[in-house]
Amino acid sequence: MTVTTATAPAPRPAQELKPRGAGTPRTPGEGRMAAMLLSPTLLVLALVIVYPLISAIHQSLFRAESGLDADGFVTEGEAFVGLANYADLFVGESGRRFLNAFGNTTFFTVTTVLLETVLGLCLALAMNRAFKGRSLLRASILVPWAVPTAVSGLLWRWIFQSDGIANTLLGSEILWTAEGTASKLAVIIAEVWKTAPFIGLLVLAGMQIIPEEVYEAAKIDGAGWWRQLGSITLPLVKPTLLVAVLFRMLDALRMFDLPFVLIGPGKESVETLSMLAWDESNQLRYGSASAFAVVLFLYVAVVAIVFVKVLGTDVTGAKQLGLKKHRSKANKATRSQKAEATR
Amino acid sequence: MTISELRSLASESGSRGARTGAGRPPSNALLPTKKKRTWRSYSVYAGLVLIFAYCLAPFYWMIVSSLRRTADIFDNTLLPAPFSLENYVKVFDGSTMFGQALLNSLIVAGTTTVFALVLGVFAAYAISRLNFRFKSVILGVIIATSMFPGISVVVPMLRFFTDLGWINTYQAMIIPNLSFAIPLAVWNLTTFMKQLPFDLEEAAMIDGCTKWQAFRKVLLPLAAPGVFTTAILTFIHSWNEFIIALSMINDPKIQTATVAISKFTGATEFQAPFGEQMAAGVIVTVPLVIMVLIFQRRIVEGLTAGAGK
Repeated sequence: MTVTTATAPAPRPAQELKPRGAGTPRTPGEGRMAAMLLSPTLLVLALVIVYPLISAIHQSLFRAESGLDADGFVTEGEAFVGLANYADLFVGESGRRFLNAFGNTTFFTVTTVLLETVLGLCLALAMNRAFKGRSLLRASILVPWAVPTAVSGLLWRWIFQSDGIANTLLGSEILWTAEGTASKLAVIIAEVWKTAPFIGLLVLAGMQIIPEEVYEAAKIDGAGWWRQLGSITLPLVKPTLLVAVLFRMLDALRMFDLPFVLIGPGKESVETLSMLAWDESNQLRYGSASAFAVVLFLYVAVVAIVFVKVLGTDVTGAKQLGLKKHRSKANKATRSQKAEATR
Repeated sequence: MTISELRSLASESGSRGARTGAGRPPSNALLPTKKKRTWRSYSVYAGLVLIFAYCLAPFYWMIVSSLRRTADIFDNTLLPAPFSLENYVKVFDGSTMFGQALLNSLIVAGTTTVFALVLGVFAAYAISRLNFRFKSVILGVIIATSMFPGISVVVPMLRFFTDLGWINTYQAMIIPNLSFAIPLAVWNLTTFMKQLPFDLEEAAMIDGCTKWQAFRKVLLPLAAPGVFTTAILTFIHSWNEFIIALSMINDPKIQTATVAISKFTGATEFQAPFGEQMAAGVIVTVPLVIMVLIFQRRIVEGLTAGAGK
């Protein structure tokens, strides 16, 4: 959406109106054609998303059990246990493990997204300002993004070795990749390294569509750099930033590769919900694994819904469907900013 | 004039120059003293260097470490001394089947990309060009699926594929991969196709083309750059995929490169073979980095257009 606005000059609105103006009558074959074109995609998505979801909910109601039946024979099989797998999330040993994983997931999500956002904003501001090496900067900023997460896990594990470069540079002897706070910190550092540039890129795109006149008006009125940042750049970049933050949060909630490779599976201090569910399914305890997966899905869904409803994040690019609306909003903001600045 | 005013002046003229390609605006002439200007440019350069270091230093360290001999892997010199390709030779010496893993990655990521693109082009065309009911609902649903956590696909699918006997097959990775590849492709392509002018297709249809012909002969060639960008993004995401490949595969002959690396144990059992791991990491990453360098403009456009995925 941002690129559209950035690269699209005046003639856009006319085009926008034609294909999907409210008054355009539907030609008869169009609905059928759309159904034909969309059905393969929807079918595959049903297979790879809807089916697993239903199947996970179904499996989460069962539990593999072996026991003695009435005649004293050993039976193995799956017993329907209702919501017992969910009730177990809060009691006993498995409950403790779940709550720990839930806490870790939340902790990592909050800390990494917060740091990424701040760092990403700084990167975007610097890139927006740098005019000479910008394309070089952009290329280098894409490198952390392109490194596979599993590889970055290995890379940081090497850096964080007990006799590795991190300890040498810091002059410390921290066991980063064992258990404990240090390993949490290691995960956060590695995650932020990889993803802050991504936020930076998105925010930069948002910054580049801010019309120059707004800054000029502010400048005429004597607004300093900080004032311009607080009253123009940040408010106008907010929609883009919100989308970026939402995506990063949803990504961080399902974090798996990085702690898995960097610290290892089954480590209490970095175990996330994804890792816990994976571990359970590895132990063939599909019932509880499914319950964890369902809980994670609900968690992600709730965060997404809250973001979209409460903060009005413009995710679907309805966005693109309502590009006009979006733009007029931006214009209004621009105008009011200008008015404020010139007052 | 305060420093912050100068800053804002310079930053505006700079960004405007970069955007419009215009020459230096006259406002630069306002910068009063040479001293202040150099101070500013120093701080800008310091910032640039800082960002470069932030982005590239860890990656650089991976490359340097991969070029050391096993004996001096714990050296902290900035350049490998002596320079050695020992680790790269070891990575490919057969016992690890790393070459096979690379091929597997290529097959899985390539197939995923092709499927996602074919489906995505049709879906994106329908969403961006046709009028039908529930359009925004469908787009919303497709985008919502991209937020689906991988593990919620993996756990049920693992069971399903075990029953089918599909564990250790390519399709056991490709099909779940579509769960993130299709939303990504549809979204990117939709964004891109919306930017294309409608007039040409309309003209073609006035000249007697059917909608289908207009799509095939007019829109598709125009959309080629967007399809290409989407292909790169989808390929990179599939290439980097980890949790699905890790769960569905336990045969080293079928596993993908990212999983193979994470399971590298090397010849010596006492110490993780960091040199080899770094060498393998470099091999897996370098194709992506080259792609990024060549197509950086497109990739950034694709990333920001789809606002992320």
